[in-house]
Amino acid sequence: MGTSFRKPVAPNADKRWRIVEATMRRLGNESHALIEALHTVQESFGFLDTDSLRYVANSLRVPLSQAYGVATFYHYFSLKPPGAHTCVVCTGTACYIKGSAKLLQSIEQKFGIRPGETTEDGQLSLVTARCLGSCGLAPVAVFDQQISGLVTQEALLSKLERIEKHDA
Amino acid sequence: MTPEELGEIAATQQEAVLRFKHRIHVCTAASCLSSGSDRVKQELSKEVVSQGRDKQCQVKGVGCMGLCVKGPLVSVKPDNVMYQNVTPQDAADIIKSMDASPVGRLECATDQPFFRRQVKIVLENSGRVDPEKIGDYIAAHGYEGLLKVLTEFSPGEVIEQVLRSGLRGRGGAGFSTGLKWSMVSKADSDRKYVICNGDEGDPGAFMDRSVLEGDPHRVLEGMAIAGYAVGAAQGYIYVRAEYPLAIKNLKTAIRQAQHHGLLGTNIFGTTFSFNIDLRLGAGAFVCGEETALIASIEGKRGMPRTRPPYPSQEGVWGEPTLINNVETFANIAPIIRNGADWFARMGTEKSKGTKVFALAGRVANTGLIEVPMGITLRDIIFEIGGGIPEGRRFKAVQTGGPSGGCIPEESLDMPVDYESLKKLGSIMGSGGMIVMDDSSCMVDVAKYFMEFCKTESCGKCVPCRVGTYQMHGLLERITDGSASAQDLATLVELCDLVQNTSLCGLGQSAPNPVLSTLRYFREEYRVHIEDKACPANVCQIHSAREVPA
Repeated sequence: MGTSFRKPVAPNADKRWRIVEATMRRLGNESHALIEALHTVQESFGFLDTDSLRYVANSLRVPLSQAYGVATFYHYFSLKPPGAHTCVVCTGTACYIKGSAKLLQSIEQKFGIRPGETTEDGQLSLVTARCLGSCGLAPVAVFDQQISGLVTQEALLSKLERIEKHDA
Repeated sequence: MTPEELGEIAATQQEAVLRFKHRIHVCTAASCLSSGSDRVKQELSKEVVSQGRDKQCQVKGVGCMGLCVKGPLVSVKPDNVMYQNVTPQDAADIIKSMDASPVGRLECATDQPFFRRQVKIVLENSGRVDPEKIGDYIAAHGYEGLLKVLTEFSPGEVIEQVLRSGLRGRGGAGFSTGLKWSMVSKADSDRKYVICNGDEGDPGAFMDRSVLEGDPHRVLEGMAIAGYAVGAAQGYIYVRAEYPLAIKNLKTAIRQAQHHGLLGTNIFGTTFSFNIDLRLGAGAFVCGEETALIASIEGKRGMPRTRPPYPSQEGVWGEPTLINNVETFANIAPIIRNGADWFARMGTEKSKGTKVFALAGRVANTGLIEVPMGITLRDIIFEIGGGIPEGRRFKAVQTGGPSGGCIPEESLDMPVDYESLKKLGSIMGSGGMIVMDDSSCMVDVAKYFMEFCKTESCGKCVPCRVGTYQMHGLLERITDGSASAQDLATLVELCDLVQNTSLCGLGQSAPNPVLSTLRYFREEYRVHIEDKACPANVCQIHSAREVPA
């Protein structure tokens, strides 16, 4: 038989790796646990870096290429660290009809960031979502996990200004 | 759990509820939550205590009540009073009004067409039961359907019931649910799986989210009944990671069902065992396609494969697999409880029962509705939906998301069923319904959906990967005023090619928004191309000279 499998060691002593380990163990450390494990990494660390991809891939005995393939295939996974604050603008059909494109434009004008980018000071990330399923309240935006509906351009910009200044 | 215990739980729960003279339901589904319904609920609970009414009034969180735009919604039973746009500051007045006349300034008429014209099967418990309490669901006849099939029906008889009900898949394509079940049941294998497709990726659709958030046990019960019928012992619910509340409520529901022995081994003391696990999607629209969804459950990139073999023969881990949509499973328990004939009496000849729609866009009453099949689009938009706000003119209604089409004013009297919508160049889809007024440019809408399909194409087959990219480029040229008549001809040709040669439904249906807008709004395309103008003033048209050659 081939070489015996040696369980890889976590990239560092960070306790959050135990949560990731628990997810993989719950699914029997099988290769099909890959997506669930990556979800846990992202939930715990905010994004997927090379170390975490390597660790998860090795733990589940999945080729690193496959782990990278999965991480880049799904939009939900991010390979870049997020800013201190995140603003998600929904670009679903209802939000689009009610002007989410204009919201994005105004954010770009004011803060100089496009979807997927973070301000230079690392304070604010702008992300778009396909649909948050709160179409009844379109247009919808999420500020640091707090979802708000019927967003106007003025309200959005002043909220983002406050968010940015709060830590500055 | 024994059958007697189920009855006992139901009876005690029903009694407990009746002890309260007033039952105050606060919507805690995602929409109302985003307008602060959690704080409203907190404040109401506090007021009940501080006004010394805690023996008479019960405050509980419930699922979606439908009229999302007026949230947070609060309803008082059995007084049948509903309040809209409730803020935490209103809590004191609401509690004071118990046994007195309702708080006028907050009242939301319950006899308006929005509520009157709906027929609720899938959403019968939504807005009534607390999604985090299994007892509440049991009190509302929950798990009676599962008990009935396990003690009275053979698996074949269950399939017979579903077949006779005429239920068709609510995910969009409308395949006969009973037929699908019988195919999986006939497949020869010791290991079979049941999957609930909760990857509601269509932008503008939130029916599944509302069902999973508001009444998760109904989906679990439907899946368990399906497991018994087809001979499966394991189920998976594939749900979008973008729906955190649905995930939380499902996790709680599964844990409670296991704790009560309604999932697990030897359910109701029979030989039937069934378990359910959650799998999270990760933001890939294509995973709504069944073979892509299976790949994703196996931890792989969600890319579809050619069919046959269909999942009913070779699904997850290569074993026979039944895949149904959330809403389809949500219909099962009532069908079993009330009988196939009861269900088949509703709807049209070929489309039975009801359909849940997410009504959104330029319509007054945005929210979640359930209507009998066969109702007209006009009734939905102008009666239930309350028409177009701000005195604007209706232009089109979009159904079926990126796979569907735009339906114009002159077709609004068509009945809503699978066949009619298809004839109109759209599809039933999973139930997103976006209303557009004259402020929307139909070419821009077509471009919006093509951009969506281009980004969401998994890249496996060439027609979809390259075709959607090229079609999007052509639509961009049309909307920026640089297109020629030849570009339009090429666009039409590409629609035909991508429709007929793509590997999966994503590509095959990607041209639908273009084809349907070309069919009903060709004049708008012409104005963009020939007059270099956008009638709705949405597109930013460059002046003719700036256009690169």
